[in-house]
Amino acid sequence: MYPNHFRYTKDHEWVEVKGDIATIGITDYAQNHLGDVVYVELPAPGKHLDVHQTIGSIESVKAVSEVFSPVSGEVLEANGDLNGSPEVVNQDPHGKGWIIRLKMGNKGDLEKLLSAADYEKYLEGLEA
Amino acid sequence: MSYIALSDQDKKEMLARIGVSSVDELFGCLPDEIKLKRKLNLREALTEPELLRRFEELSAKNSYVDHLSFLGAGIYRHFIPTVVDSLSSRGEFLTPYTPYQPEISQGTLQVIFEYQTLICQLTGMDVSNASLYDGAMAAAEAVLMANRLNGRPKVLVARSLHPQYRETIRTYVKNLGVRIEEIAFGDCGGIQTEDLLKHLDKNTSAVLVQSPNFFGAVEELKKFCDLAHQHQALFIVAVAEAASLGVLEAPGQIGADIVCGEAQSFGLAPSFGGPHLGFMACKKEHLRQLPGRIGGQTKDVDGRRGFVLTLSTREQHIRREKATSNICTNQAWCALRATMFLETLGQDGLREWAVQNIQKADYALGRLTAVTGIKARFTGPVFNEFVLEFSRDVQAVEAGLRAKGIVGGLGLKGFYPELAPCALFCVTEVHTKAEIDRLAVALEEVLR
Repeated sequence: MYPNHFRYTKDHEWVEVKGDIATIGITDYAQNHLGDVVYVELPAPGKHLDVHQTIGSIESVKAVSEVFSPVSGEVLEANGDLNGSPEVVNQDPHGKGWIIRLKMGNKGDLEKLLSAADYEKYLEGLEA
Repeated sequence: MSYIALSDQDKKEMLARIGVSSVDELFGCLPDEIKLKRKLNLREALTEPELLRRFEELSAKNSYVDHLSFLGAGIYRHFIPTVVDSLSSRGEFLTPYTPYQPEISQGTLQVIFEYQTLICQLTGMDVSNASLYDGAMAAAEAVLMANRLNGRPKVLVARSLHPQYRETIRTYVKNLGVRIEEIAFGDCGGIQTEDLLKHLDKNTSAVLVQSPNFFGAVEELKKFCDLAHQHQALFIVAVAEAASLGVLEAPGQIGADIVCGEAQSFGLAPSFGGPHLGFMACKKEHLRQLPGRIGGQTKDVDGRRGFVLTLSTREQHIRREKATSNICTNQAWCALRATMFLETLGQDGLREWAVQNIQKADYALGRLTAVTGIKARFTGPVFNEFVLEFSRDVQAVEAGLRAKGIVGGLGLKGFYPELAPCALFCVTEVHTKAEIDRLAVALEEVLR
């Protein structure tokens, strides 16, 4: 379920790193608990984000939730497809439902994040 | 139990219900020394006829009813069809508050939906909110909205925007890191293109222009809108005299991103300054940042048409400090009156009404500037207001007119020191030709 090469936060964001580019989204657990996503508020490219700074918000039929950046860096691109089809976040949270790509400022940020195994263990604790 | 009377029997029943035997026992827990041992210093109660007479005496002190007034400057005297008073004062319309529960509020919600539809048609925009408190607040909310949309720190505001709107905007942005810069006006009465160009840059969040502006002049919106867009700034149009929308091109047609303003002219009396009706509309793409309530059309479980408040996740009761605005209500009854007013006039009536304003103001401008000692301060086309420059002290002119039972225009010295010898006059459809002539004759006498 949770790809091994991703890193995760306890706020249920994932990050996939290729070179110094980080792709960020929300986890399957998060989309499942939010319910049907109806709107994703995206940041403008060029915006600098610190660790745990708000990327934007995700609005579902049930609630509005903030999305926090797992790593620091500069926004390269936001997933414009989500403007017309926010439901992709539900359908493919770890793939086409990505939210932003970031040029990472500090690779050390990754060290504080969870591995897939740790994240799954964390989820088990939440479900218990 | 009637809520009006408070008979001894009523008191006894209430005390019995809460289980005490007397009023003294009810307040028994209070320390004796803080209790008032005498009756309140109030006059004896009046009988109903005495009370009515008292209020008639008080209202007779209002001298405005005996004066012929040419004041405008953001609040306008227009005719209100009797049907608006008659229908809007019905209990079903007069008493409802913001309709949280669609199950019991279909009528109010439908009115809000119709109001929004009318505002969209008049402004040429895609989405309208359910109303705000007044035009100044709507302008300030528009500035905040632009800042949320593009995050840029500077807003350019025409100096020809209503001075109280500018003051309200400054108050709203005071602690938000948004900088307000003013764009000068030229001899036409509208903003100077060169000055706009001087201030426009990549830090500009929005350009806010009022049209017709505070001086009554119609601004060249298309030109300024295009210039703003060339710098990726948003273009906001403020309309303080909504009657102008009956004949002037809809701001949405020329490309405005946000249109805000005051709709008091649609069926609301001046009433010493309120309650009035702020309106705000925007392009669909900016919908998520629009503040305030929005009514929407939907279907119930049986597929029947119904109305609800929609997109509430922008709002304070859901988003808390992340909400688009701290407004969590609207001027529903004022919006209802505006809706009734507009639907009574209809499309043709609205246009005819607006044209009457232009024609009467045009006649007045010609007649008054023919008086020795008066000239038009600006050259641009006007809607129903214009600025006159006097050869004599404006205050003396005002006093002279008042002695003749006329409230002339608004002296501009307090708002614009550079326009000290000037006053702003407003002429609407309620003024007759005879009244305009009376003003002209009075001015001739005062200036002689």
